[in-house]
Amino acid sequence: MEHIRTTKVEQVKLLDRFSTSNKSLTGTLYLTATHLLFIDSHQKETWILHHHIASVEKLALTTSGCPLVIQCKNFRTVHFIVPRERDCHDIYNSLLQLSKQAKYEDLYAFSYNPKQNDSERLQGWQLIDLAEEYKRMGVPNSHWQLSDANRDYKAAICRCSQPLSGFSARCLEDEHLLQAISKANPVNRYMYVMDTRPKLNAMANRAAGKGYENEDNYSNIRFQFVGIENIHVMRSSLQKLLEVNGTKGLSVNDFYSGLESSGWLRHIKAVMDAAIFLAKAITVENASVLVHCSDGWDRTSQVCSLGSLLLDSYYRTIKGFMVLIEKDWISFGHKFSERCGHLDGDPKEVSPVFTQFLECVWHLTEQFPQAFEFSEAFLLQIHEHIHSCQFGNFLGNCQKEREELKLKEKTYSLWPFLLEDQKKYLNPLYSSKSHRFTVLEPNTISFNFKFWRNMYHQFDRTLHPRQSVFNIIMNMNEQNEQLEKDIKDLESKIKQRKNKQTDGILTKELLHSVHPESPTLKTSLCFKEQTLLPVNDALRTIEGSSLADNRYSEYAEEFSKSEPAVVSLEYGVARMTC
Amino acid sequence: MEFAELIKTPRVDNVVLHRPFYPAVEGTLCLTGHHLILSSRQDNTEELWLLHSNIDAIDKRFVGSLGTIIIKCKDFRIIQLDIPGMEECLNIASSIEALSTLDSITLMYPFFYRPMFEVIEDGWHSFLPEQEFELYSSATSEWRLSYVNKEFAVCPSYPPIVTVPKSIDDEALRKVATFRHGGRFPVLSYYHKKNGMVIMRSGQPLTGTNGRRCKEDEKLINATLRAGKRGYIIDTRSLNVAQQARAKGGGFEQEAHYPQWRRIHKSIERYHILQESLIKLVEACNDQTHNMDRWLSKLEASNWLTHIKEILTAACLAAQCIDREGASILIHGTEGTDSTLQVTSLAQIILEPRSRTIRGFEALIEREWLQAGHPFQQRCAQSAYCNTKQKWEAPVFLLFLDCVWQILRQFPCSFEFNENFLIMLFEHAYASQFGTFLGNNESERCKLKLQQKTMSLWSWVNQPGELSKFTNPLFEANNLVIWPSVAPQSLPLWEDGVSLCHPDWSAVARSRLTATSVSQVQAILLP
Repeated sequence: MEHIRTTKVEQVKLLDRFSTSNKSLTGTLYLTATHLLFIDSHQKETWILHHHIASVEKLALTTSGCPLVIQCKNFRTVHFIVPRERDCHDIYNSLLQLSKQAKYEDLYAFSYNPKQNDSERLQGWQLIDLAEEYKRMGVPNSHWQLSDANRDYKAAICRCSQPLSGFSARCLEDEHLLQAISKANPVNRYMYVMDTRPKLNAMANRAAGKGYENEDNYSNIRFQFVGIENIHVMRSSLQKLLEVNGTKGLSVNDFYSGLESSGWLRHIKAVMDAAIFLAKAITVENASVLVHCSDGWDRTSQVCSLGSLLLDSYYRTIKGFMVLIEKDWISFGHKFSERCGHLDGDPKEVSPVFTQFLECVWHLTEQFPQAFEFSEAFLLQIHEHIHSCQFGNFLGNCQKEREELKLKEKTYSLWPFLLEDQKKYLNPLYSSKSHRFTVLEPNTISFNFKFWRNMYHQFDRTLHPRQSVFNIIMNMNEQNEQLEKDIKDLESKIKQRKNKQTDGILTKELLHSVHPESPTLKTSLCFKEQTLLPVNDALRTIEGSSLADNRYSEYAEEFSKSEPAVVSLEYGVARMTC
Repeated sequence: MEFAELIKTPRVDNVVLHRPFYPAVEGTLCLTGHHLILSSRQDNTEELWLLHSNIDAIDKRFVGSLGTIIIKCKDFRIIQLDIPGMEECLNIASSIEALSTLDSITLMYPFFYRPMFEVIEDGWHSFLPEQEFELYSSATSEWRLSYVNKEFAVCPSYPPIVTVPKSIDDEALRKVATFRHGGRFPVLSYYHKKNGMVIMRSGQPLTGTNGRRCKEDEKLINATLRAGKRGYIIDTRSLNVAQQARAKGGGFEQEAHYPQWRRIHKSIERYHILQESLIKLVEACNDQTHNMDRWLSKLEASNWLTHIKEILTAACLAAQCIDREGASILIHGTEGTDSTLQVTSLAQIILEPRSRTIRGFEALIEREWLQAGHPFQQRCAQSAYCNTKQKWEAPVFLLFLDCVWQILRQFPCSFEFNENFLIMLFEHAYASQFGTFLGNNESERCKLKLQQKTMSLWSWVNQPGELSKFTNPLFEANNLVIWPSVAPQSLPLWEDGVSLCHPDWSAVARSRLTATSVSQVQAILLP
């Protein structure tokens, strides 16, 4: 608490990020040990976890006060105006301190207490067991194989980091290992080695004594570059994307030229193309594939996990997706803490590698709406928690570091909490049967890649559709289930009564008594406040205030400019008005 | 003229048909007066029936004696026919070319089409102006039906019956007509029951460079204002364009003469700019190079989504004036037959729950597009592939449908109809067996005797069996005003509408999936 000097500031304004007429909400700002909280005059709460803060900025003083702009890692941007500069300065300094911790032990996960005892905590950590997973894949066996879906192929995905070959070095043991991998595949005698980097980068690495496999030294390998850019390119690409879509009064042309020059979708497509190449090598050619990049924990993780997702429908379930993340990301040493900037560290190590993976998965869910057990909300929630530092799963940079931190004793695992809430993340269109054994073959024509509005604007509610088809179908499913249950109950009641006596009066009575029990269908499904994202989660309270939601100010600048009297008509009107 | 004269080779065997989403089919190609038919003559394969009027452009090429004709349709599909024999191929190509560019409307298919279904409700009488008037005449007595245009003499592009302020007599209307472009004097487009505010539409005032005025015109539009109230005039052109129009005798309302009105200029593009936008968009969608940067820059360069945003913004502004500001509005551009109608009809979609039902939407199209004199015949003569560009061709109606789709996407439960309904309307506006979209206005339709000689689209659509295809299973009547977001992030490309043609194999899988999803939703709803 030593960083907090001011805990409460009144009369703070929260500006609408996209409003051209500078609409705002007035309320009180609170600073706690873990969160920044804003409560507006309608009692709507906006919670911001300190760990989610990517940057805090104090802008030049204006007549109405001191502006404070906070950008979050979950793509929330808030713009406060604090009446007194002194308060603003205090809050600013506190947030700078609180958002950048020096030690793991100061992260939220080490103080977060969901009121579970030790055995519950341990059970939570044991929920996802990788030894189980390899067993499920049928490894080890006489050859090894990838998965159930892939039983007939007998090909495997392997991963590693780049060889330290330089210009001429070779390693016989490495060559033998690769030979062993390709021999383990009884069907096909050659294997692919995929280098996920652009060729130029890989060649540059040779000068540093690293590089890529020389096809002449390895028997039966086919070498392939797939050209995914490095973490630095990805970081600045996302930065550009966020600059573009944060612009007020953005025109269509600026949006698309910004989207193009950011290169973001091109990078997403490159990752997807690589995963498709991998999946095709395995399904079409029955060839094993060895994937690597430079270190083997970024691009390699992206490609291997996406490839697995294409090949094996198990990973498209809620539980399976958790296993996939544990296997290809956490256990293989994706440096979550560095890439997400959990601690105050080298900003050059931060990169949205995992976010890109989630976005690729989202594109797949868009192309194959029935193939995934989970919905977009699940991906968004996972994204929220790789940055929240609320659970232990993503802390640390490798397995070794995690064991040293004693995460399993001192923190909780995210997965049991997600699993408990899985209802919120179900995809109502999921059809487990039709896709059980199919390999997904996504179409990568450019226009299938779209800007993921629900990720990059997840807190900008004015930009979203007003009714969510998913939620409505979910509700309908629930109602149907309830009705079917009611029918069964009633039928069994009728049976019971019939057994006792077959009196006409009783049936009448029965029918009469049934009526109040039937579920209420009166409430309209569509026009309740609908949040696109999971609700009731204290950490993701969404500012849905009707004032901030007014859209029409953006239609007509003319009104607000010349006739201030008219602007006052905007107050407090819902997005759908009677 | 006999069609037979144009058909040099009526039949060719062993023709192979390639089209997106389907496997290649080998069969017999037949040409009739109105159709190109390909049948494999096997029981379970689908036949291709293509209206000649749906053909936008054809290309032919030869490899040895095997000829290939590539047919580009107005609905953006591209199909390919491999025809053995050079002579046959040339004959087929020239026949198609002649048959798809017939000059006379009365030779079009709707005049020959005989429906295979029993007509339960004659669509020509489904949406009569008198019935539409009754819907709001109970709420107000300030308006009346005028038959001043009975013989189409006052305004050739208006219907015989229009709604005008009660206090204005027909004589005044005649005078106002001489002051407005094309005789399009201000008429009622929409009455907002909640507060009695109205949308009127007209052609531009003919003020010219010397600032001509017309007292009757001022009186007419002032008659729609309540005491002490002000109204808004939304000019769909930029101030610059409107000022230039004065040199050609057109212009805009001067503040001095219309002190109770505030003018707002919006800039919605017209004519060839829109047509070129569509051509570029379809070209971008057909680009097979899988290059992301190229796709994004082509999409941007097409400006299609910019037009969508401009039109939607103007419509939202109109709706805002009515519902939020409590002010009546008059909307016009130059002629009042294109951007004006986009804005008036979309404003109604936003404001009026009825226009989001199937019948209400049909009534809206009948009222705000067909009766209001949108020149369908001219605008929809050609589509995105045609080389001979005419000044009057423009995808005005398609842009309107795209805007409706955008709102539908943002409020997926507030519309009784689904995306297929919009696509169907698009297809029939360009090529149809029905007479509904023939002609440029009511006057032309009367001369063509369409009601007697052709079938109305609505007669077919409104059969229960057909309607079920166009019904949105998630619809729940919503009496609220719906405000769409017009941010670029909220306006995606309408792929299914605009890139219907995409010949990529996985697109098939995808469209099938979407289809199953819809049927699954229906299964959930109708257990």
